[in-house]
Amino acid sequence: MRQLSRYVGVLLVALYCLAPLAWQLLTSLRPAGELTTLPPLLPTRFTLEHYASALTGHPFARMLLNSFIAAGAATAIALAFGSAAAFALTKMRARGVGLLLGIVLATSMFPPIATVSPLYLVINALGLRDSLAALILTYASFALPLAIWVLANFLRQLPDELYAAARVDGCTPLQAFWRVILPLALPGLTATGLLVFIVAWNEFLYALTFTATERARTVPVAIALFPGLHEIPWGEIAAASLVVTLPVLVLVLQFQRRIVAGLTAGAVKG
Amino acid sequence: MATIAFENVSKRYGEVTVLDGLDLEIAEGEFFTFVGPSGCGKSTVLALIAGLERPSGGTIRFDGQRVNELAPRERDVAMVFQSYALYPHMSVAENIGFPLKLRGMSARDTARAVAEVAARLGIDALLERRPRELSGGQRQRVALGRALVRRPRVFLLDEPLSNLDARLRLEMRAELRRLHAEYRITTVYVTHDQEEAMALSDRVAVLQAGRIEQCGEPLELYREPANLFVAGFVGSPPINVLEATLFPDLELPCGARAADVLVGLRPADVVVSRDPAPRALAGEVLLCEPTGEHLWVVGLARGQRVTGRAAFTEPLPPGTPVHFEYAPARLHFFERATGRRLR
Repeated sequence: MRQLSRYVGVLLVALYCLAPLAWQLLTSLRPAGELTTLPPLLPTRFTLEHYASALTGHPFARMLLNSFIAAGAATAIALAFGSAAAFALTKMRARGVGLLLGIVLATSMFPPIATVSPLYLVINALGLRDSLAALILTYASFALPLAIWVLANFLRQLPDELYAAARVDGCTPLQAFWRVILPLALPGLTATGLLVFIVAWNEFLYALTFTATERARTVPVAIALFPGLHEIPWGEIAAASLVVTLPVLVLVLQFQRRIVAGLTAGAVKG
Repeated sequence: MATIAFENVSKRYGEVTVLDGLDLEIAEGEFFTFVGPSGCGKSTVLALIAGLERPSGGTIRFDGQRVNELAPRERDVAMVFQSYALYPHMSVAENIGFPLKLRGMSARDTARAVAEVAARLGIDALLERRPRELSGGQRQRVALGRALVRRPRVFLLDEPLSNLDARLRLEMRAELRRLHAEYRITTVYVTHDQEEAMALSDRVAVLQAGRIEQCGEPLELYREPANLFVAGFVGSPPINVLEATLFPDLELPCGARAADVLVGLRPADVVVSRDPAPRALAGEVLLCEPTGEHLWVVGLARGQRVTGRAAFTEPLPPGTPVHFEYAPARLHFFERATGRRLR
């Protein structure tokens, strides 16, 4: 009985989480004529026409590439600076660590909409409008507080004696960071990187504001701009949304195993 | 190899004084131990020697040369940590070879040096393993190997045996002595275990609250403790501290009054028997602790607890009237007010 109720619970949660995705999938495969009619709940026949038109009607590959570059570069920058900052805050005896971390956290509490127009002015002044650099810079700066926090908490769990041992063995602080701390922080880096990447990948507001053409336009913006003058192409939107979810899904599944494995293998004492 | 000198060295963290005016010289090739209760500042001493901490005042010298400002890597000091602090992502060979690699030694020379030190420590079969696949004793040896492989000027050990089980601890103790005899590296050892300190060291410093209470050879500390703290810290079971008035016709040094004096008497210097003796305190048995060799007897003599030893022949049930026999020459006298030894 308890077993049964547990399965029912799991089923309900799964349904709640997956239903929109399933609906999206059904929509993307539904013939155009049935898109706005219900019933039938299930399409009478399956078609790939939406996929074909989504992928050919727009410079979709270009958008995907843009998204990848923006999210990837932002992630790399956030990890590089975030890990160095977290290392300095947790392992080298810095003063006022709590205060610094508090300020770092505070900066990430501004609602994005409040910062859009000042940032737009800055980006414009720098001549970066409609460039990927604008997105990379913005994403990295917004991801940095998150990266510092997650990594600082992760590094705090690494024994201080490891850093001391590296120093005594002949490392400069930077060498100790690079050769000892960073390899041990790999699970933390992976988890943080994944979080940052997903947020950047899905980001819409800044991408919409700072880009004007397909030169720098990312996928979420591109999909939002699908609607034409007279109709909303639900099928194409659904198809495109599913396509851009796939890379994230693959990333998560790929790294999830590594994160868990890494966490259990980091033990120092036994 | 080096001499290490502390000249009025102190260490403060904000308002808290951890070390207070440390003056000390550790000789070349010496096995020197800092012993004391937790929080006495002994680990701070190691961190100061290693360069992991800077002193707040005073000077530390290696071979007469001031090292206060030198980074750890410039001091050529090796250290074994309580948790061993092995690098989990490296194999045993990589762990031991790490300090050499950092000094730019070629892969071939590193491999040779690692193989040699591993053979001496009996871990040559484990070189490809990861630290997590090793037992506590094996990790300990790897940590020793990583420290010894570059023949440092100074060798620091921070409670290295405290994570081992009792039998292994004795084994590693002998191993440490052997390694010290072999390498003759100036060694500074830190422990809270007075027995370990006594067994291993050429000289011992007893630390309390950031100050050296006494510094000397192990037997000197045991036979002539400078004050009540040292007397109570060194020796197991701990020394008996008794009122001087308990003893008939005592000759107190410096004409002190019996009421101002406490008497220290080592349990090993007290013989417990049923028969009366000329120099003995009469009392009764509270409890017995057999050790195999002999019997520690805890008893009461005129309301004061006394521990002594008895031959392991007859049972002494609680309540048995006994006599605690002592040799007057083995009595230690301390001033009650200051704890200082009276001579």
